[in-house]
Amino acid sequence: MTENAEHRDRRGGLLLPRRRFLGSTALLGASAALAPGLLRPVRAQGPQRGGQLKLGMDGAAATDSLDPATYTATYMQVVGYQWGNCLVELDEKVRPVPELAESWEASADASVWVFKLRKGVTFHNGKEMTAADVVYSVNHHRGPESKSGAKGYLEVIKDVRATGEYEVTFDLETPSADLPYVLSDYHVLIVPEGSDFTKPIGTGPYVIESFEPGVRTLARRNPDYWKEGRGWVDSVETLALNDLTARTSALQTGAVHFINRLDPKTVNLLERAPGVLVIDVPSAGHYTFVMRADTPPFDNNHLRLALKWGIDREELVDKILRGYGRVGNDHPIPDFDPFFNRELPQRGYDPDKAKFHFGKSGHDGPIRLHIADAAFTGAVDAAQLYAQHLAKAGIELEVVREPNDGYWSNVWMKKPFVGSYWGGRPTADLMFSVAYKSDAPWNESFWKRPEFDKLLIEARAELDVEKRRQLYWEMQKMVWEDGGEIIPMFNNYLFGSRDNIDGFVPVPVLTGLRVSEQLYFTDL
Amino acid sequence: MHPLLRLVAQRLVLGAGTLLVVSALIFAGTEILPGDVAQAILGQTATPEAVAAIREDLGLDRPAWVRYLDWLAGFLRGDLGTSLANRVPISEMIAGRLENTLFLAGVAAAIAVPVAITLGVIAARFRETWLDKTISIVTLSAISMPEFFIGYILIFVFAVKLFWVPSIASVFPGMDFLDRLYAVSLPVATLSLVVIAHMMRMTRAAIVNVMASPYIETAELKGLTRSRITLHHALPNALSPIINVVVINLAYLVVGVVVVEVVFVYPGMGQLMVDAVAKRDVPVVQATGIIFAATYVLLNLTADVLAILANPRIRHAR
Repeated sequence: MTENAEHRDRRGGLLLPRRRFLGSTALLGASAALAPGLLRPVRAQGPQRGGQLKLGMDGAAATDSLDPATYTATYMQVVGYQWGNCLVELDEKVRPVPELAESWEASADASVWVFKLRKGVTFHNGKEMTAADVVYSVNHHRGPESKSGAKGYLEVIKDVRATGEYEVTFDLETPSADLPYVLSDYHVLIVPEGSDFTKPIGTGPYVIESFEPGVRTLARRNPDYWKEGRGWVDSVETLALNDLTARTSALQTGAVHFINRLDPKTVNLLERAPGVLVIDVPSAGHYTFVMRADTPPFDNNHLRLALKWGIDREELVDKILRGYGRVGNDHPIPDFDPFFNRELPQRGYDPDKAKFHFGKSGHDGPIRLHIADAAFTGAVDAAQLYAQHLAKAGIELEVVREPNDGYWSNVWMKKPFVGSYWGGRPTADLMFSVAYKSDAPWNESFWKRPEFDKLLIEARAELDVEKRRQLYWEMQKMVWEDGGEIIPMFNNYLFGSRDNIDGFVPVPVLTGLRVSEQLYFTDL
Repeated sequence: MHPLLRLVAQRLVLGAGTLLVVSALIFAGTEILPGDVAQAILGQTATPEAVAAIREDLGLDRPAWVRYLDWLAGFLRGDLGTSLANRVPISEMIAGRLENTLFLAGVAAAIAVPVAITLGVIAARFRETWLDKTISIVTLSAISMPEFFIGYILIFVFAVKLFWVPSIASVFPGMDFLDRLYAVSLPVATLSLVVIAHMMRMTRAAIVNVMASPYIETAELKGLTRSRITLHHALPNALSPIINVVVINLAYLVVGVVVVEVVFVYPGMGQLMVDAVAKRDVPVVQATGIIFAATYVLLNLTADVLAILANPRIRHAR
C-alpha cells in the first residue's frame, strides 16, 4: 500500500493516479514541436542516458523481413524507426516537421517539390547521406516490380532526382500539397545508395545487432546519432509478444518496460497493478460498419440513413471502447485534424428518424450484418448492441457471425454489409484517396461519386489553406449525407509502461512507432 | 532374417505409409483453409493487381494435385521448400525452432519421467492408502485442466504475484544454459503437470497387475519386504507397458507443445506453426505438420521396439 501511495504522489494527482492522458493536452498545446524531446515537461534532472529498454510489441511474425517495403504491422514498424529515419517526421499536432530533410518548398501549383537535406548526417557505415541515397531509397518502393506497401502513396511521384549534393526534386503526376506527409510514411526509410534492403544500414538511433523474425530484435545505440534529444538508452530489445495476455503479464512482472495495444476491457485492472502506467492517446483510428452502396438494398440512401440514425454511438464508445475513444460522425476525418468539419451536426441516436427513413426506403425484412472480431476488437458485441438499437426503430438486424480466419479476404469487400477498421491516415487527402475515391483500391463501400473525386483532386492541388478547408468540409458533408460508411467511433491507442520510463510523444497517427528513440529511464 | 529385424522393418514400412497418408491429409487441410496467402502477405495493403501478381509468382495458379506431387518430391529430396511469405528456405527457419522445442521437451521429460515413475511406484507400494489416493487426486486434477489454464495459473502465482520466475520464456542464441533453464521454468512446469498423471497411473497399474502374479506371492512367502518386492521383482516385469506410455508422452511433449509455446511466447516449432497459419504460409504449415507427424510416428515405433525388447514373451513370439 505504501508503494501505491508513493506512485500516486510522484504522478501528482489522485483522480487519475496511473494514467497519463497525453493526447488531449498535447493537442490543445499552442506551440509547435520543432525541437522534439525538449518540449514535453520533464522532471528536474531531465532525461538520462543508459539502460537496456525492453519493448513488447504485437504484430510480429516468423516471416518478417527487415526490408521496409514489407512492413505492415507494429512490430516491424517500431524496428524500422530504430535503424532508420524518414525525410519528414510528424509532430504531436500531425504537422510535418523536418527529419532527414532540413526544409522543403513546393512550386506555385504544387507539382514540383524541392527538399533540402540535412548536411553531415552519416549512415551506420560511416558514409555521409546525400541526395543519391534518398533517390535510391524512394525508388525502392516505386515502379511496376514493387510490392511495397508504400507503392500506392508514392504513385503521385512521376520522377525523383538529385538536383544537388543535398537537394532532391520530386516531379509529381498530379499536383499535391501533401507530399511531405507521404514522405513521413514508415516505409520510406533512407539507406545508402546500392545497399541491400534486407540488411538495412540506416541513419537511425540504433544499429540492429541481431534480428530473429517473430521472436526478438536487439539494437545498440548509434553513438553518432544526429538527432538532438533522442536515443537515450544503450540498447533496445524488442520482443515479439503477439498474445495480449503474454504482453500484459510481461509488463506486470517487469520483463518488459513498454507494451502496445492494451485491451480496453482489462485496462482498469492493469492500472491497479503496482509499477505500471497506462498511456492513452486519441487516434485517427476508427471502427466502421460498411454498406455496399452499389448493392440492393444498400444502394438506397434512405436505407443507409436509417442505419446511420439507428445506432447508439455513445453506448458503443462506453461499452465496446470502455470510454477509451470518441463518437464518430460517419466520415473518417478525426476531430483533431485541421480540416475537421466543425459545423457538421453530430449524428445522434434517433429511432424515429431511423424508422422514417426505413419506411421511405421501401425495404422490407431483416438486414444482414456479416461480422467477426477480426474486423475490430469487440466487433461481434458491437453488432449485437447495434441490433438492439435498431430493434427500437422496428428494424431487424440479423448478425451473421463469420470466422476470423480469412475475414479480410472472404467477407470484407465481398458481403454487402460488414464491419471494418481503419488505422487512420495523417491527412484527409490520404484517407479519402485510399478508401473513398471512386477508383480507390479499398473503396470498401463501393461508393462512387464523380463530384467527390473532382473535389478531392482539386483540394489535393490547393495550397491555400482556407480554400482547401472549404473543399474538405464539403467532402465530409457528402460522405456524411450519402456515403456507405457508418462510423460510430474513433478508438484511442492504449499503451502500458513501467513507471520508471518517460519520454513518450503522443502523435495521434502512427502512434508509438518511434518509442525506441523517445523513451528513457527516470531512475538511473 | 532375424525376427526382430523383420519386425522393425515391418514397422518402418507401416510408419512410412502412415506418413504418406498424413502428408495427403495435411496438404488437403491446408488447401481448404479459408483465406489466401497473397492477401495475407500484403495485409491491408493488398490491391487486386498486387494479389494477382503474387499468386502467379508463387505458382498458386497451378492445380492442387500438381503442387502436392511437387511438394512430396521435394520433401523426399530433403527440400522443405521456401516460405511463401518471405522466401527464406524453410529448413533454415525450422532449424533453430526445432532445437528450442526439443530443448523444452527434453527438460520437461528429464523432470516428468523420473517423477512420474517414482510416484507410480510409491502409489503401487502403498496401494489403497491415503498416500496413493493423494498422489492420484493431485496428478489427475492437473491433467484434467487444459494446458493454457495451468499455464495462466502458474504465471499468475509464480510470475505476477511472487516474481520468482519470468512469465514469458524468452530465449535466444548465445544464451547460457542456466539462464535458458530459468527462462523455461514455467513452460516446463506446465508440460510436466500435464504428462505426469498419465505415466504415473500407467506405472501404478502395471505394477499392481504384476503384483497379483503367483511369483510375487512366493517372494512374499520368502519374507522379502514389500518395497524390495515392488522394486526388484515387480518393476522389471512391468517395464514394457511403462516404456510404452513414457515414449508416447515424450511424443506428446514434442508435438503437443503448440498451446504452451503460444502462452509463454516460446520460439519453438509450435509458435512457428501458429504464425504460419495466421500468415497463410502454407509450405511452412505443411513442413511443421510433417515434422510433428514424423516425430510421433518415430517415437511410437521406438515405443513398440523397446516394449518388445523389454518383454521376452513378445521377443520370442511364435
